[in-house]
Amino acid sequence: MDFMVFQYPMISVQACLDGVLLGILFALIAYGMALQWGVMNIINIAQGDLVILGGYIAYFMYLYGIHPAWGVIVAPVVMYFVGIAIYKLVINKVVDRDLFISILATFGISILFMQLMNFAFGADVVLANSDYGTTMLFNNNVVLPNSKIFSAFISILFAICLVIYMKKSKLGRAIRATAQNARAAKILGVDTEKVYAATFGINAALCGVAGALISITFTIHPYMGLPYTIRSFMIVIVAGLGNLPGVAMSGMGLGVFEEFADYILGTEFRIGSVFLLLVLILVYRRFKLSRKREYLK
Amino acid sequence: MSITKNNLILYIGILIFGVSAPFIFPAFKVQLSILCVLIVLATTWNIQGGEMGYNSFGNILFYGLGMYLCASVQVGMFFPLAEWTESGGEKTFVHTPAQFFQGMAVGLIVAAVIPAIVAGLIGYSILGLRGHYFAICTLGLGVAAGEISGGIEIIGAGQGFTTPPFPDVGSLDSRGEFFYFLSFFVLVLTFIAVRGIYSTRFKLILNAIRDNEDKAEAMGIETMKYKIVGWMISAFFCGLAGGIMGGLVGYIDSTDVAFDGREMGVFMVLMAILGGKGTLWGPIIGATVFHIFKEGFWTFFLGWQYVALGVLIVVIVIYFPEGIMGWLREKYPERFGEVVDEKDRKAQVELK
Repeated sequence: MDFMVFQYPMISVQACLDGVLLGILFALIAYGMALQWGVMNIINIAQGDLVILGGYIAYFMYLYGIHPAWGVIVAPVVMYFVGIAIYKLVINKVVDRDLFISILATFGISILFMQLMNFAFGADVVLANSDYGTTMLFNNNVVLPNSKIFSAFISILFAICLVIYMKKSKLGRAIRATAQNARAAKILGVDTEKVYAATFGINAALCGVAGALISITFTIHPYMGLPYTIRSFMIVIVAGLGNLPGVAMSGMGLGVFEEFADYILGTEFRIGSVFLLLVLILVYRRFKLSRKREYLK
Repeated sequence: MSITKNNLILYIGILIFGVSAPFIFPAFKVQLSILCVLIVLATTWNIQGGEMGYNSFGNILFYGLGMYLCASVQVGMFFPLAEWTESGGEKTFVHTPAQFFQGMAVGLIVAAVIPAIVAGLIGYSILGLRGHYFAICTLGLGVAAGEISGGIEIIGAGQGFTTPPFPDVGSLDSRGEFFYFLSFFVLVLTFIAVRGIYSTRFKLILNAIRDNEDKAEAMGIETMKYKIVGWMISAFFCGLAGGIMGGLVGYIDSTDVAFDGREMGVFMVLMAILGGKGTLWGPIIGATVFHIFKEGFWTFFLGWQYVALGVLIVVIVIYFPEGIMGWLREKYPERFGEVVDEKDRKAQVELK
């Protein structure tokens, strides 16, 4: 336990800013999860592994001498096709089945990806160094790496682009129609199979962007996927499906929570605290909903 | 469900095989004990996963808890626990045979009772969740337990916890035999308990909860009470299995052995589904098939085991969601005591 946070206010400012910048990244991943959950009614446990795979794409570009920031453009393109491939091979067989089947099937994909990445890239913690330098704020008391600011900026850019695309384009409208009522959309001539594939592809592409940014800003490791899945799941259930401002807000909230947990409890409890928070949120939600059920009685 | 003559012969045959197995296959004693533990895990997962319809990824919590509790009690009864974990591999304290067995007995009791109590305490809040929220919540519980226990100093934190080594009693084979008979005993105990439960009204209530919980509640069943009791039974045997496994492996690591959601936590779900959810024999057959497959694969394709595991999960879930028992049931419905109306069957074939 370390209570430095309360004695030195500047550390709190640092934790808040770090948390918000981190949370924007979480929100981007959670947006992808909300999209596929809403449209296909699937919970994708492999979400975090898609993120890590996107990160490795950026890292590979860095290894071959290309600036990793270009990964932000390459990773989503590659990941889009990876997503389509996963959809064609596995997901289209579990779309209209029980949710537990989809959870278990994607759990299998997650284990598969973890191990394949472990083979391909090794079990080391890596980071793609972007050489962006740092920004000092408040009399040099708060240090912000420019890469974090860059990643937050890029995530917001991608999110805005996606929102506009969903509102304006034909495919976007088809996706929203399928989310509202898949059967009605089918009757009105929407090729739902294509919409599902595109949704999963877009989700994977979003994961790719987020992963590339994470490999620039933080570190990546083949086994680090599951916490990202849990974080995005948590953000989606707190915000609710289809509530975009809510996703952004709860993403940032989660980021700030994590930074404070890191300072107060210590780094070794960081992931544990995220998972505990998930359990607490679900339990809180259960009691809130059960009170609603009492009314009905 | 009374025991018929055929069943009795089957049970006696299995019992004789179980008792004589370590002498027939002396090289596979450890594997056979692990098989027993896996069957216990799959069978108990099936109580709430298959019969109750609450698909939990979090039974690993009780397994890991039992593992840590059994080892800690076994050490803590005779020596200071903190110094034991600090000394790590180099043993400054040695258990005498009497101390070892006493510690193991008390440890196993604690390892069974405490997880059941924990399940009872958290059951009211967790079991109120439905469907996938329950699945994800228990997944979170399992991982959180692993991460948190990896930060606690007294049970070894990140560097792990060495369980007391088996004392020197007579021959070299005694360790394997001891653990095999212990796990086989627990397996028999579990089977008798589960079979007993499945022949009572309790099982029907669990099935009612699985099929439609709201209707079951409307029929006047206090579903929450039964769900908690079901989970507690599951946790009891999971903890027991964990305690044995801790002694068998000899080394406890928070995320790789005890709360290993990526391996054991998925294995129990997978074994139950492979054999057939919601049947008595399904998890047993599933665990046996799975263990043979796994060991074969682990031995010949070392390094690719997780790749195979991932593919296996996807294939089983997509193509065999009913499992082996479900497949047999479809093929030979008469054997399962189901009356098939020939006319009805023909009519269905024509419809296709």
